Amino acid sequence: MIIYFMCLILFCVGLYAILVKRNLIKIIIGIIITEYAVNLFFILVAYRSKGRAPILIPDQIVKNMVDPLPQALVLTAIVIGLAVTALMVAIAVRVYEKYGTFDITKIKRQKG
Amino acid sequence: MIHNPSPLFVAIPLGAAFLVSLLGKRVKNFSDSLSNIATFSLLLLSLFSISLVSKHGMLVYKVGGWVPPIGICMVLDGLTSFMLVTVNSIAFLVTIYSISYMERYTAKWKFYTLFLLMLAGMNGVIVTGDMFNLFVFLEIAAISSYALVAFGTEHEELEASFKYMVMGLLASSFILLGIALLYSFTSTLNMADMSRFLVKTGAIQIVPFVTVLFLMGFGLKAALVPFHWWLPDAHPSAPAPVSAMLSGVLIKVLGIYALMRVLFNVLGISPPASTLLMILGIISMVLGGFLAIGQEDIKRMLAYSSISQIGYIFLAIGIGTPLAILGGLFHLINHAVFKSLLFLNSGAIEYATGTRNLRKMGGLGLRMPVTGYSSLTGSLSISGVPPLSGFWSKLIIIIAAIQAGHFILASVAVLISILTLAYYLKLSV
Amino acid sequence: MNNKPKKAGMTLIVKTITRLTVGLILLFGIYIVLHGHITPGGGFAGGVIIALSFIHLMLAFGKDLALKKLSEAQASFFESLGAIMFLTIAILGFVGGYFFLNFFLDKGEPFKLFSAGIIPLCNVAICFKVGAGLFAIFAALVFLKIGSGEER
Repeated sequence: MIIYFMCLILFCVGLYAILVKRNLIKIIIGIIITEYAVNLFFILVAYRSKGRAPILIPDQIVKNMVDPLPQALVLTAIVIGLAVTALMVAIAVRVYEKYGTFDITKIKRQKG
Repeated sequence: MIHNPSPLFVAIPLGAAFLVSLLGKRVKNFSDSLSNIATFSLLLLSLFSISLVSKHGMLVYKVGGWVPPIGICMVLDGLTSFMLVTVNSIAFLVTIYSISYMERYTAKWKFYTLFLLMLAGMNGVIVTGDMFNLFVFLEIAAISSYALVAFGTEHEELEASFKYMVMGLLASSFILLGIALLYSFTSTLNMADMSRFLVKTGAIQIVPFVTVLFLMGFGLKAALVPFHWWLPDAHPSAPAPVSAMLSGVLIKVLGIYALMRVLFNVLGISPPASTLLMILGIISMVLGGFLAIGQEDIKRMLAYSSISQIGYIFLAIGIGTPLAILGGLFHLINHAVFKSLLFLNSGAIEYATGTRNLRKMGGLGLRMPVTGYSSLTGSLSISGVPPLSGFWSKLIIIIAAIQAGHFILASVAVLISILTLAYYLKLSV
Repeated sequence: MNNKPKKAGMTLIVKTITRLTVGLILLFGIYIVLHGHITPGGGFAGGVIIALSFIHLMLAFGKDLALKKLSEAQASFFESLGAIMFLTIAILGFVGGYFFLNFFLDKGEPFKLFSAGIIPLCNVAICFKVGAGLFAIFAALVFLKIGSGEER
């Protein structure tokens, strides 16, 4: 039970970094932490008590394995997170080229 | 294959996208012709799917032959074929427009690759019948749109794309959290199976929490107030065909269609949820309308008007009677058509005059007559002047609101409609 | 003594160890991809390891030598080739009547390498795409940074 609370605290740490910090790179790190927290929650959902890893070894009785389906889904979600991180870093580098700074209070040129 | 063409809707744009990425630089004019052929064949397939659904009812396609709930299945019913026709027809017209508009940018084949990927993602969201598959296709379409908004790499495009990306990723995290909670409770991922399980076990405590999570996630993708902050920056900065696709189709498919599927088919809508939808819809309408009056930039005004019209559709879904849902869907296809028309017109105006500021333009109707007449028709239709189509869809929504007993909401809808006419008169120069 | 010309890459110790181990890393990645249906791993993980072997070359020896082994245009070509291979496997299933049907071998007995239908082919296609894609992202970011550094 306590491990789910720690997962929620990790999510809130990431959310704090997105909302409060002013540097672009720190916002990117906040988003990465948030996505990791959600992936971790998904895997923790699949735990069965006293289970083993779901790998089949010769002459082994299939008795007590954890759920393997969320593990495959989280693999896909991790790859999606990687692609999005790469795109964000590329855009951040281009923003630095154009504006000369990473501070988001100085990159506001659009109003309203 | 003839009796169920569902996987072709995803396979054709994916194949075309990667073929363009492979050969687009070497063969001249290859990217133009291949993407136009692809979108035209998709349009024909979607019209064919309407005739199939009206003959057979609902069609289910088991991918790979695996029986659900083990395998993924793709579902074709009435709502699906309706959305497919909307998306594919506008995509076809936008690809014809962008043959000559994108000559200004150097790498045209990259634009076509990203565009076809976005189209494949949207078609996948519409056709699928499985929850995690919905999430994967949603991410494909969203990531392609983040890259497309930043396509010209000017100052404001990069800043707008960064803001859009941060908010879009937050929304995707909320949606994934909702799917994880639902899976932990029902231990299946198929939409039909999940709904049967939820009905069998009665009222549970987890359904309201998951409803709020999905409302936050999909509402952010559909630019519902208070999650609309990314839209007035992202839609004006993108190149014109991308703005037309984004504002006309993407916020509807990713936001409204996915929310309707999840709320109506899986979770079961409850009275507090529909009241919340109605309130958020009214606030969107009013806020979008008032903020659109003081804008000078033509595309920014159109973006705020998008927020306002999406508020109408949410109001209609929130009321919940069959007449209201009919009005909401009719308004959806109307808004897709005339918002893309107005954005493409603004792209043509910007191409011809080189500026987007409304104060500096005047009397353009004399020099560009086709653009002038079509934007006049579009603005009159969106404000609800009879006998153009916008009038009928708004009338159905207002009648449904009065029938359900919400008189205040109906009168606010009429007032905002008059306000819409006011700020669109600024456009018909 | 202070004006030595700047050499590309890292020190001699790193270069020697890299020369010895890069081939082994590539081979290990290929092993994980091919045995994806028996042991954990599969296309994604194996693709990442193969991309890492090329990036290891770039880190240790400097970008010119690594780009001579696998240039950016070739990486882009492999990426699209991987995606088209995956789509072809899917569409060939139409021959049997369904998308993604098993047309290659029978359905899979445990612990045998040449079984489990089309899953090994899909793993190979995904490995091409992920490996080439990661290497292309890394090369593009390296070029961006150097470009902006020269302009200021």
